[in-house]
Amino acid sequence: MSSSPVERARQSDAPLTAAVAQRDVSKEAAEERGWHEAAVVGRTVTINRTRAELYAFWRDFRNLPRFMENVERVDVGDDRRSHWVISAPAGRTVEWDSVITEDEPDSVIAWESVEGADVRNAGRIEFRDAPPGRGTYVTATIVYDPPAGDIGKLIAKLFQKEPKIQARRELRRFKQLMETGEIPVAFKEDDSAVRGSFS
Amino acid sequence: MRALTWHGKHDVRMETVPDPKIVNPRDAIIRITSTAICGSDLHLYDSYIPSMHRGDILGHEFMGEVVETGSGSNLKKGERVVVPFVIACGQCFFCGKQQFSACDNSNPADKTDLSEIAYGYAMSGLFGYSHMTGGYAGGQAEYVRVPYSDVGPLVIPDGLEDDKVLFLSDILPTGWMAAENCEIEPGDTVAVWGCGPVGLFAVQSAFLLEPTG
Ligand SMILES: [Zn+2]
Ligand SMILES: [Zn+2]
Repeated sequence: MSSSPVERARQSDAPLTAAVAQRDVSKEAAEERGWHEAAVVGRTVTINRTRAELYAFWRDFRNLPRFMENVERVDVGDDRRSHWVISAPAGRTVEWDSVITEDEPDSVIAWESVEGADVRNAGRIEFRDAPPGRGTYVTATIVYDPPAGDIGKLIAKLFQKEPKIQARRELRRFKQLMETGEIPVAFKEDDSAVRGSFS
Repeated sequence: MRALTWHGKHDVRMETVPDPKIVNPRDAIIRITSTAICGSDLHLYDSYIPSMHRGDILGHEFMGEVVETGSGSNLKKGERVVVPFVIACGQCFFCGKQQFSACDNSNPADKTDLSEIAYGYAMSGLFGYSHMTGGYAGGQAEYVRVPYSDVGPLVIPDGLEDDKVLFLSDILPTGWMAAENCEIEPGDTVAVWGCGPVGLFAVQSAFLLEPTG
């Protein structure tokens, strides 16, 4: 893993998008896994909490739906396996089993879907010390194999529309939850009746 | 409740809208007793600010009585509070340095895309001031929901009338900061261009900051 393009981009701390422009990170990530195609999303935020606190929260995958918009739930099997349920349009769900492939306490967690996933995907989250008093740099990298067919269309709707925006929002919600204990929202759903379209 | 809502250029309306509710633990609901119109509200009225939606409730200068609190609020029902227009979490790096207007967390994640792209960094949340700053309902209304209510609101002691403290919500600190930034020294002459309410507060602040040495 350490020589993968994703890893190199992460270590250089350059925006992954720039790395993508230099080399075809997506293509390399696909080849590495024997996938026909891959999409890569990466993002770093600084969170005003210790590595240990952030790692502990993330390591319990049942917490992830609290800030990941599309993740309905994650059931934890044993210490390494988990089952992910993603809500898709029209009341459908997309599911997969994941296994943890890398686990360094207070530093790194990586996971990858196993055989039979509706969408093949892999994720990696790394926690590094920011300068003293500045908390922790949190870097997330998500790689997935955009599937064909009906499921592919659902996934396209969920992830491919703006995967970078999605990643940015999810890490921001993670930061908000970890720093303030809650995730700010401007208004409740049922207030939306008074709101019309963009003007 | 009744509230002043935005519908487009030079089109604001007093309408009946749903009452705000507690959403997050640190929220509080305030019954508005006084509110002001800011010069910045004119930018909304004249449609100079992007990301306004039809039906948005205006108003970022307000005060009132606490009528409901979430489990994480430290306010008490019946307390009178002035609410600063900047919403601040109190726990991010910037709030830790008392740079509340740069709060990292108060703008909801799905509202930060525009300022992140336009300015390179997301803005904090503000009351009643477009969706770029959070899309929060403002206080030109009967009630308002105040997020992170344990951070911003100032509790007002009995005996101080609304008119004496309302301007702590925005324009008095704005004028004060203008004067403070001047680092006034003995012998200085201070001139203030534009004596609207903020300018008048800058004049008063300059007198207060006048060195005695
Ligand atoms: Zn104002
Ligand atoms: Zn903050």
